[in-house]
Amino acid sequence: MNTPIVPSFDDDASSGRKLAIICSKGNLDMAYPGLILANAALGEGVETHLFFTFWGFDMIAKKRMDDLKFSPTGNTAMHMPIGDLRVPQALAPVPGMQAVATKMLKKQIADLGVPEVPDFLDQIVAAGGHLWGCRMSADMNKLTEADLRDDVEGIISASDFIEMTEGAQLLFI
Amino acid sequence: MPVTTLAGREVHVDDEGFMTDPTEWDRELAVVLAEAIGIQLTAEHWKVIEFLRADFETQGETATSRRVQTVGGFPVKDQFELFPKKPAKKMAYIAGLPKPRGCV
Repeated sequence: MNTPIVPSFDDDASSGRKLAIICSKGNLDMAYPGLILANAALGEGVETHLFFTFWGFDMIAKKRMDDLKFSPTGNTAMHMPIGDLRVPQALAPVPGMQAVATKMLKKQIADLGVPEVPDFLDQIVAAGGHLWGCRMSADMNKLTEADLRDDVEGIISASDFIEMTEGAQLLFI
Repeated sequence: MPVTTLAGREVHVDDEGFMTDPTEWDRELAVVLAEAIGIQLTAEHWKVIEFLRADFETQGETATSRRVQTVGGFPVKDQFELFPKKPAKKMAYIAGLPKPRGCV
């Protein structure tokens, strides 16, 4: 009898792999790449740390995390989901445009079964992901741990983060 | 397409070993598949496997971890406990389904 073909899940091989993602953007569209990659890494058994800094800090701030926005202003790549229709940059800043664009993007994301940002972070933590707030961002925003999601493990300095993620692969978003 | 022998019968699989013909799957085979990747199936595992099979029937594609949580009602945390480290792929493998194609 032949040896059965069994997938190699490399459980041991992945045990040493670490991924660190620095989330520095607070726009709704730029919140997702880090979350999607973190979720994928965790699903592959990779130890994953997310460091929220500058505008990315909004993703973990209780007061702001439900209210991230998407704007076509300054985004020359933005076009309608189907076809290549673009919003002319001169019209991008008109009142109401940001609200419409945000609503549309949220719907598209929801249609794909992808959760909203706070929900997504819940899932990442449930999958074993680690969330860290940036000390300087906290100080600039005059926020403390009490203002952040309860599952943020700490507000740490840039050097703490670098030290903690020794040997990790690193993504800056 | 490779053919492999599992539980004393021929089974069609892809290059990695995921089954390619869901109709060749049955519960007896699931036990063998699970053992091959070091998992002893309990009642809790079975509930998840049954959801994946049923969901595949209606959707035509393998549920992602997210869907197993939101539609199946099995929290991601529990999925990681039952199918350690790589739950989405391991669940699919034992259920005799392709790897999930969705990103989330």
